[in-house]
Amino acid sequence: MQALSCSFPLTIPVMTGYVFLGVTYGLLMQSAGFPSWLPTLTAAVIYTGSMEFLMVEILASSFDPVSAMATAFMVGARHLFYGLAMLPKYGNTGWKKFYLIYTTSDETFAVNYGADIPEGIEKSWFYFWVSFLDQLYWVGGATLGAFFGRFLTFDTEGLDFVMTAMFIVILLAQWEKDGTRLKGCIRDHIPELIGLGASFMCLLLFGPDRFMIPSMVLILAALLAVRKPLERKKEEEQA
Amino acid sequence: MTRGQMAITFALVAAATVTTRFLPYVLFPEGRKVPAVITYLGKVLGPAVFGLLVVYCLRHVSLAAPPHGIPELIACLVTIGLYVWKRNMILPMAGGTLTYMLLLQLFF
Repeated sequence: MQALSCSFPLTIPVMTGYVFLGVTYGLLMQSAGFPSWLPTLTAAVIYTGSMEFLMVEILASSFDPVSAMATAFMVGARHLFYGLAMLPKYGNTGWKKFYLIYTTSDETFAVNYGADIPEGIEKSWFYFWVSFLDQLYWVGGATLGAFFGRFLTFDTEGLDFVMTAMFIVILLAQWEKDGTRLKGCIRDHIPELIGLGASFMCLLLFGPDRFMIPSMVLILAALLAVRKPLERKKEEEQA
Repeated sequence: MTRGQMAITFALVAAATVTTRFLPYVLFPEGRKVPAVITYLGKVLGPAVFGLLVVYCLRHVSLAAPPHGIPELIACLVTIGLYVWKRNMILPMAGGTLTYMLLLQLFF
């Protein structure tokens, strides 16, 4: 209980975000004509906001399981990094470890990775409650949105822009983290620019229904190609 | 998609997502060295993929046909503007989406 009361305040910012996005997600699924229990299920099982929003479109378009799976891998690739960072922290957490790994969302990672756990609090319980509360906000929000979607009287046309806006904001936050100076702006943001540029090129070449997989291949190849120069630049700056 | 196809897609996406979460713990149990290229990809794939996803969301926007992507452009600018101004995640999402909904429903 002590661990719960200590972790709850740290999850309040996550709560506002997750409830807002969760409700919107539920509404969107509902207005796209999916059964009202589906948002709750996807929210609980997939539990990766970006992938779930993408699922609304993927499920509504023609059957293409390979592309869907490749997208999930690429979108989830950042979890690899979270996993590597959390390896030592999630060690020795016993039976909770499975759940902790399963529920490592962007926000949960941010809170747990950055938290200074007070002395006398069992760390595995602290991590557990943060993870559990965050998941509760998200699944709860999605359920609310799906439930109230049925009684909705306003026009939801254009609501799907929330997904675009979400990705823009995440990209901007990432951009900021990689540096905000104007000088050397291009060199600081090569991954972002590769992502935008490669996918735009593939969109023009392959068209809107076939550009995802070529884009992913091109992005991977380009990132690997610039690895050496990028890492050399970092060393020079640190020296 | 039929119900069955939806279930298959759902299962594959869920499996892929879970795999990305558990993979580092399976491949690199405590104490084993992580190859530098994996650490590198873990760092740079995130920002690149979000660039891809922004393009993905806007992939059906046509500059040639009316309304020439104008509502999307305005809504994107509002989202970026609100973020730069307030440095907050939720406000730009809500503001950008509301702008887009109003533009579509009232003007375009």
